[in-house]
Amino acid sequence: MYLAVKGGEAAIAATHQLLAETRRGDLTVPEVTVAQIKEQMALLVARVMNEGALYDEDLAALALKQAQGDVIEAAFLLRAYRTTLPRLGSSEPLDTTVMAIRRRISATFKDLPGGQVLGSTYDYTHRLFDFALTGSDNETEAVAAPEALDDVMPRVLDILGDEGLIEREAPLGRDATPEDITRDATTFPAGRAARLQSLSRGDEGFLLGLAYSVQRGYGHNHPFAGEIRVGEIRVCLTPEELGFDIDIGDITITECQMITQFTGSKEVPPQFTRGYGLVFGHNERKAMSMAVVDRALKGTELGETPTYPAQQQEFVLYHCDNVEAAGFLEHLKLPHYVDFQGELELVRRMRTEQSASTKVETP
Amino acid sequence: MTQPPKHDPDYNYGYLDEATKRMLRRSLLKAIAIPGYQVPFASREMPLARGWGTGGIQITAAIIGPDDTLKAIDQGADDTTNAVSIRRFFARVTGVATTEETTKASLIQTRHRIPEEPLRDGQILVYQVPLPEPLRKLIPSESETRKIHAWAEYGPIYVRLYEDIAQYGEVTSTYSHPILVNDRYIASPTPIPKFDNPKMHMSPALQLFGAGREKRLYAIPPYTKVKSLDFEDYPFTLQRWDEPCALCGSTTSYLDEVIINDANERMFVCSDTHYCETRRGEGHEGPQLTKAQSVHLTGSAP
Amino acid sequence: MIEQAPLLRVQNVTRLYGGRVGCRDTSFNLWPGEVLGVVGESGSGKTTLLRSLAGFEPPDEGTIHFRRGEKDHDIYALDEANRRAMMRTEWGMVHQNPRDGLRLDVSAGGNIGESLMARGDRHYGKMRARVTDWLQRVEIDSSRIDDSPKSFSGGMQQRLQIARVLVAEPRLVFMDEPTGGLDVSVQARLLDLLRVLVRDLHLAAIIVTHDLAVARLLTDRLIVMKDGHIIEEGLTDQILDDPHHAYTQLLTSAVLSA
Repeated sequence: MYLAVKGGEAAIAATHQLLAETRRGDLTVPEVTVAQIKEQMALLVARVMNEGALYDEDLAALALKQAQGDVIEAAFLLRAYRTTLPRLGSSEPLDTTVMAIRRRISATFKDLPGGQVLGSTYDYTHRLFDFALTGSDNETEAVAAPEALDDVMPRVLDILGDEGLIEREAPLGRDATPEDITRDATTFPAGRAARLQSLSRGDEGFLLGLAYSVQRGYGHNHPFAGEIRVGEIRVCLTPEELGFDIDIGDITITECQMITQFTGSKEVPPQFTRGYGLVFGHNERKAMSMAVVDRALKGTELGETPTYPAQQQEFVLYHCDNVEAAGFLEHLKLPHYVDFQGELELVRRMRTEQSASTKVETP
Repeated sequence: MTQPPKHDPDYNYGYLDEATKRMLRRSLLKAIAIPGYQVPFASREMPLARGWGTGGIQITAAIIGPDDTLKAIDQGADDTTNAVSIRRFFARVTGVATTEETTKASLIQTRHRIPEEPLRDGQILVYQVPLPEPLRKLIPSESETRKIHAWAEYGPIYVRLYEDIAQYGEVTSTYSHPILVNDRYIASPTPIPKFDNPKMHMSPALQLFGAGREKRLYAIPPYTKVKSLDFEDYPFTLQRWDEPCALCGSTTSYLDEVIINDANERMFVCSDTHYCETRRGEGHEGPQLTKAQSVHLTGSAP
Repeated sequence: MIEQAPLLRVQNVTRLYGGRVGCRDTSFNLWPGEVLGVVGESGSGKTTLLRSLAGFEPPDEGTIHFRRGEKDHDIYALDEANRRAMMRTEWGMVHQNPRDGLRLDVSAGGNIGESLMARGDRHYGKMRARVTDWLQRVEIDSSRIDDSPKSFSGGMQQRLQIARVLVAEPRLVFMDEPTGGLDVSVQARLLDLLRVLVRDLHLAAIIVTHDLAVARLLTDRLIVMKDGHIIEEGLTDQILDDPHHAYTQLLTSAVLSA
């Protein structure tokens, strides 16, 4: 029986308590700490930082704990916090040639200046359970490399660029203010910066699916992983009143540059084109997906007709944001009594009218 | 009226930072200057989910002040989950007084209804908007719909009305029936029932609309012409009920259907809960008031 | 019957696409009430030219003027709003594939009615009467008014598209292979209908076709295009009966031998 037209306040308070109890789970099991999540669930923390659009490992770990591991809920917590922060300025552009490399691979050249650096990855593991991990005594020390890596590692696409084989990308001028999708509503057609920002905080699964659709033929391009690099990089800011840049800390990033062939047009000889991905933390799948979709979205500028979902800016940019998508989908749980009442009344009345007219026609 | 504690010192007044509030106010001024035009704005993340009123919440956050009295309703009711949540949010981040009384509120945030009590000069009604684009269901592309608004090429939306009449003999929209604002822009009235559309016309209150996820604001200034789309020979009509509100006997308000027991017995009651209570307080009685009291439809939760 | 000033003045229009020449340095005039055919084999740049003339794609070089009232308007010098208004009221486009010119999820009547609503008609009953009249003029049974065009045959869809364009009372109609993709018997009926409509409404038209039979039946004057150039132009009968250019001779003999 329907009772609670009144009484919302008390019921909501009670659900909050129940949520807290459920989150904690069985009290005989020790409570997970935020530090444990940050240290031992680092890939998950990275995903939350990306989709939450805020680089803060401690808060991302806290968000995961508070959300019981629900990635979108955790990203949402980060975003809701991020929105309260004042904007102090824009960082200087990152120069990824001088980042501290943890991993760096190219699928297009067997060897290259700086070498292939495999780093930490699941790529070459067998996906067999390691039952030793059910215990708690898992301490392994990695083998140190015989020699240090080069301080500067040129990017593969820059090497191709020196030959003029790949499209040029004009950097924004030093004084140019980058677009910021969190400060201006995206308008269409959207510029590259707005597109990359949307993709960078877009849902990993959605972008993966789109990138996959491109690979399977819904997008007319065959990407090569020109280079993927993971490591730590310095972020610098130049406050107006100082006039010189200051180091505000290191962040871990994953950068991916995809190479795609392009047959040329009336103005441009055949050459390679690029797709770019840059994400927080170690997250190669997301960076690669982003790069493939970035290239697909450049189609219009290269004279390609946008035919498939991955090539359609409005489709991709409007729908890749999982925090927005989840909110709108889940709002279907809110009451819709009033709208539904309108529909109910209409259907009933039309049925009544229809049966009345049928009666007249059949003697 | 309840007096909540002063605002939570961990957050800026109204939750948003001052620069964001200024951005919102500038966008609102533009929206008011061009009635019915959808102004893109840099919608912020809010601690409530997209689709749960973040557009309306941002507007309220940008314009609310210590002297305001806030009413929040969802589906006409003050006590549904989302209305409670929004009212509490503002009580926490602004410390303003809240009320359920339409006449006492200076600021009313609403989802899906306009209160039955007529609004007056100086009041502001803030709508939560899920889909601001009235043409979206016909034309999926935003670039295309913006051009259509710019050039007032409104043929396609009338096709919808035409098709309804051709197929059903009448326009079948029951809510979200599109409006022409100030003889220029076609706008979405948000999913209010079309029963409420006439209340928008020449309203003394300022009406502000916020779509957070879609990042659009629009406005209807006080005393602005609002016409519900129709044909000359098929004028806009309102839905009617055969019976009065079961609780307060009102014959002029929008009624919700409530199923009251396992035998599928039902009654029709005012969707505007405060209006209904007020009428009962004044001594009005609906035909099933006694019966309703026995199933807890009128009082507080047990 | 031909009035003083041309309705459409095309001057030195060049249009490239995908590194190829669509049309190059093309100039001609179209007079009110005149039906002009553009013939040439597939890929000779006819459709590209038509899209530029109809306001969809600006030419790379050259100008297109349309006469409204006493004034010639350079259609690509107009802002987009004014150009769209002209496209809506002054001319219409009949696409080769009716699906490109119809809304398939809207009823047949709604498709014709949209053109009326776009120009501001707001009386359902009056619109309904005009729509019914137009269905009859294009020989569609008016009992089909509320049916979806999806349930129509290809020939019916094409006639519906023509009604949707002509109901807006344009002065000029662009047609891109209007009978392409239809059976021969259906083609004949459609051509007959078009001939009557164009004559009765005193319409100017530009018809792109590779089918010389269509050109002979419908057009007063012909332009022959090859590799983006106009290689021959003149009265239709003259060109078809006494072609001068070798390519035109080849085109006409191909028809004869077919």
